[in-house]
Amino acid sequence: MGLQVRIRKKLGDFLLDTAFETDGARPEVMGLLGASGCGKSCTLKCIAGIERPDWGYIVLDGVTLFDSEKKIDLPPQKRRVGYLFQSYGLFPNMTVEQNILCGMVGEKNPGARKAELGRVLSVMQLEGLEGRRPRQLSGGQAQRVALARILVNRPRLLMLDEPFSALDSHLREKLQFRVKEILEDFGRTVLVVTHSRDEVYHLCRRAAVMDKGRLLTLKDTKTLFADPESVCAARLTGCKNIASAHKSGEYEVEVPDWGIRLQTAQPVREGLRAVGIRAHRFNAGAKRNRAAVKCLREMEEPFGRIVEFRWEAQPAHSAALWWREPKDCGVCGFPDGLGVEPDDVLLLYE
Amino acid sequence: MDWYPLINSLRIAAVSCAVVFFLGILCAWYAAGLPRAAKGVLDTILTLPMVLPPTVCGYFLLLLFGVKRPLGAFLARFGVRFVMTWYGGVLAASAVAFPLMYRTARGAFESFDETLAYSAQTLGLSNAFIFWRIRMPACRQGILAGAVLAFARALGEYGATSMLVGYTPGKTATISTTVYQLWRTGDEAGALLWVLVNMAVSALTLVAVNMLEDRQKRR
Repeated sequence: MGLQVRIRKKLGDFLLDTAFETDGARPEVMGLLGASGCGKSCTLKCIAGIERPDWGYIVLDGVTLFDSEKKIDLPPQKRRVGYLFQSYGLFPNMTVEQNILCGMVGEKNPGARKAELGRVLSVMQLEGLEGRRPRQLSGGQAQRVALARILVNRPRLLMLDEPFSALDSHLREKLQFRVKEILEDFGRTVLVVTHSRDEVYHLCRRAAVMDKGRLLTLKDTKTLFADPESVCAARLTGCKNIASAHKSGEYEVEVPDWGIRLQTAQPVREGLRAVGIRAHRFNAGAKRNRAAVKCLREMEEPFGRIVEFRWEAQPAHSAALWWREPKDCGVCGFPDGLGVEPDDVLLLYE
Repeated sequence: MDWYPLINSLRIAAVSCAVVFFLGILCAWYAAGLPRAAKGVLDTILTLPMVLPPTVCGYFLLLLFGVKRPLGAFLARFGVRFVMTWYGGVLAASAVAFPLMYRTARGAFESFDETLAYSAQTLGLSNAFIFWRIRMPACRQGILAGAVLAFARALGEYGATSMLVGYTPGKTATISTTVYQLWRTGDEAGALLWVLVNMAVSALTLVAVNMLEDRQKRR
């Protein structure tokens, strides 16, 4: 059960080469996190059958959707994969009701269609909008109509492509609560593609990071944020301070660009490439990993401030660092030194 | 008064508009899916009748369908003659009006948001349903506009028609050839009358188009 994917596809200079499996034992919401152009959407299109991989296989709940060796390539119509597009893909010439009825492909009985329509309209809180055309809907309403149309289709897998990118930021969080519930009620595997770390963190139990067509790490979302392992994953999960580093002891790394050595909580393995420190992890009062700093400037935020600083011993060519401090810390002005707990030094490998 | 030129003009315009409608959509549909280079070549060939002088189009049509030419002679054996007949007028008007239909329809097809087709596919809707119920309605504006342009162009056709079918009263005479013929023979009043008839027909066409567009907007 679940989804197994292993595909390769060449698009000009770009090579998509990705492999992953969702939890076969129980349905899960899995995230694909990546910058734009990393191959996230292309992966979804391959799974839906809109794009054809050059090589590999795609198996959903034991049914082979695509297999280059067995020459299997089911048309999208036969794959039973629900695909929520970034632009929602509502048919502009049809009303909300007609759009949703389009999704009930298997159900021919008019009574059953009507009952199902009423049910989904109430679940999605779309009552009263049946007669509207897509262009008369707000972003959130359009998203729910598109989801309703997919859910009445009873897909075996649901895929959301940047589901909140078309919405205003103040609506986004509100709608994420609603969508989270819908995804949990769906009770089957869900793939969410996004470049937003917040969305992944809110919606997905596990998440994978994609970079230049390759899937890097697939693990528990919380673990991914706590220990991103790679430079790319650290950056995508929002780590602002990253510098190349090498091992200088069992629990110590040297960071030439920052002119300091840092103690780590994890033993340092061979092949270390860089270290990362999240901006909010620095502390003016910390004793561990403390070094003198020169604060350059600050920028106020609604609930805190961002301070740009350099280590005292930092070479001139390297970039300044960011320290994010919540407002209620009570510290004003600039401290002389900053420290960071060894636990918060992220070790980033190849 | 003999109304033959009006009836003949209308039937030539109507038939060639219908022919060009389906042919144009077909070619546009085919061209929109082609790779870049092939599309460029096909596009040039199909658009050529629009930029060539109509008399040159008529010349090429005569080269193909003249009674002494291979194709014309072959067709004549089955009793089909395009020279000096009213359906020769249909051929001439179609050739000249075709690019208008083809280009507007192709533009409409190319501006179609493919995401709509993709999401319909993933919902399990058949390709026929997607074409007739989603793609065509979304492109309806462009296709209708193309058809109207083609009809208007066919109605006003003069150059290719005069080359291929000439002017025979009661047989191949159209409004535009009649106006020229009457003017040439000094019948200014007759020419003016047909000019007025032509203007009335064109005005009616435009009113019909506007009403169609209004209905579209209100839906």
